[in-house]
Amino acid sequence: MRHPGRWAGAVVVAVLAAMLVNSFVQNPQYHWRTQWHYIFTRPILDGVVTTLELTVLAMVIGVVGGIALAIARLSPNPILSGASWLYIWVFRGTPVLVQIVMWFDLSYLFPHISIGLPFGPQLVTWNTNSLISNFTAAVLALGLNEAAYMAEIVRAGILSVDEGQTEAASALGMGRSLTMRRVVLPQAMRFIVPPTGNETISMLKTSSLAAFISVSELFQQGQNIISRTYITIPILIMVSIWYLAMTSVLTIGQFYVERHYGRGAYRFAKRATLPERIWRAIRYNRPHDHLAPGGGG
Amino acid sequence: MTAMVKAEAVHKAFGFNHVLRGIELEVQRGEVMCVVGPSGSGKSTLLRCINHLETIDSGRLMVDGELVGYRERGERLYEMKPRDIARQRANVGMVFQHFNLFPHMTALGNIIEAPCRVKRLPRDQAEERGLALLAQVGLAGRENSYPRQLSGGQQQRVAIARALAMEPKLMLFDEPTSALDPELVGEVLAVMRDLAKSGMTMFVVTHEMGFAREVGDQLVFMDGGIVVESGTPRDVIENPQHERTRAFLSKVL
Repeated sequence: MRHPGRWAGAVVVAVLAAMLVNSFVQNPQYHWRTQWHYIFTRPILDGVVTTLELTVLAMVIGVVGGIALAIARLSPNPILSGASWLYIWVFRGTPVLVQIVMWFDLSYLFPHISIGLPFGPQLVTWNTNSLISNFTAAVLALGLNEAAYMAEIVRAGILSVDEGQTEAASALGMGRSLTMRRVVLPQAMRFIVPPTGNETISMLKTSSLAAFISVSELFQQGQNIISRTYITIPILIMVSIWYLAMTSVLTIGQFYVERHYGRGAYRFAKRATLPERIWRAIRYNRPHDHLAPGGGG
Repeated sequence: MTAMVKAEAVHKAFGFNHVLRGIELEVQRGEVMCVVGPSGSGKSTLLRCINHLETIDSGRLMVDGELVGYRERGERLYEMKPRDIARQRANVGMVFQHFNLFPHMTALGNIIEAPCRVKRLPRDQAEERGLALLAQVGLAGRENSYPRQLSGGQQQRVAIARALAMEPKLMLFDEPTSALDPELVGEVLAVMRDLAKSGMTMFVVTHEMGFAREVGDQLVFMDGGIVVESGTPRDVIENPQHERTRAFLSKVL
């Protein structure tokens, strides 16, 4: 046998997998029928929609805020770049769950929110609790926290663009903002998009923290069912199946977005399609295969 | 008539590195000025100062009678607002050693970007002119190619077309053939030769002595941040007056 360690490992994994499958079939505590019963019910579907809404809105705030923070961070103006640094320091340095609860309880600090002159007369005033629902609090907390992470991603993307690009744009008489929009950001996208996809997938799961302030998202809806039925793990498995389905769809979407922003980056216009890439990954990701063709491994 | 480029006692230092030590030169309208010199002589820095990609520390640098990047108030010079600097740059074309084409835009996209966004030319007009410029640099039919799909020589010719699209009154070339494979140098020089014949004022930092001799109206030899010698290319190349010029020429000819 050429690879005894590999074979032993494979046997152990196969046995464990067989035991797991066996438990799926034999153990009635999985309540597969109950799971199937609930998986497409109204509350769960509503929860899925709310989870998607939370994810999309928080990511929109995160991306827009992240770009603004990154540009501010790279600004020659020390107040702008300092403020951006401070923001990132605070929002990345504290737990997002703590931030969620803080936004939820904002009325403790500011019972009223109003529009008007700073330190001067106010024009419109709202009651904070009526303005910021628990859903809004979750969106704000998740989005503003995400902006701090996106800022670092965007900044790294902007810095990855060759300085010659900015010089060429300047030499053509393009101003700073035009250069940023038309020349730097589109190229930075190639570096920004892959981690942003990961952030989105991560956000989809992190949004479950909103259950802590009773936002009726997927996890919260699952918990509602659990509190009535006392069937814990099966319902959580069902919820996990939904999360897995959604993250899988996002992964596929990520592939196409990445391909779009890869335009011009490759000498040949067409890149491998998804099935081709999966095949290659399966075929070539085994170590040594492509590194030492024909070599005895 | 005012000179197209005029430098008076231009000084520039990066920290303690005094790169330009009092440059004096003048380029007349329609002239081709070639600048040669060893690396580190300050020739590229001087070229970048003409487009205000670098600031200058003292002296006066003028393009078409207008101070580059500064406004004079009383005895003092103040740096211009970014908008005014951009307006000045739009009148001066620049071609870089490494082309610096925008890789996410097609050849035509590269060419029409500034005319559309800076000069606000209607898109169809800009495209029409862009196609004509591509034909002028010998790349008709390649308008939809991305830079990565073009050879170095082709990319540099697109870069020249991109600079020309802004209808500049002066073209700056920063070692335009230094990054090219030897067999691709000729095609770029041919485009530059045609451009010179059409009457464009050109300021060319180069190592191509053949081009300088054939096309240049003036040849400047720079070393250590000063103009060591200048004159007609024939005079400077065949009858150099300074030891440093002779030493340099003996290496590059």
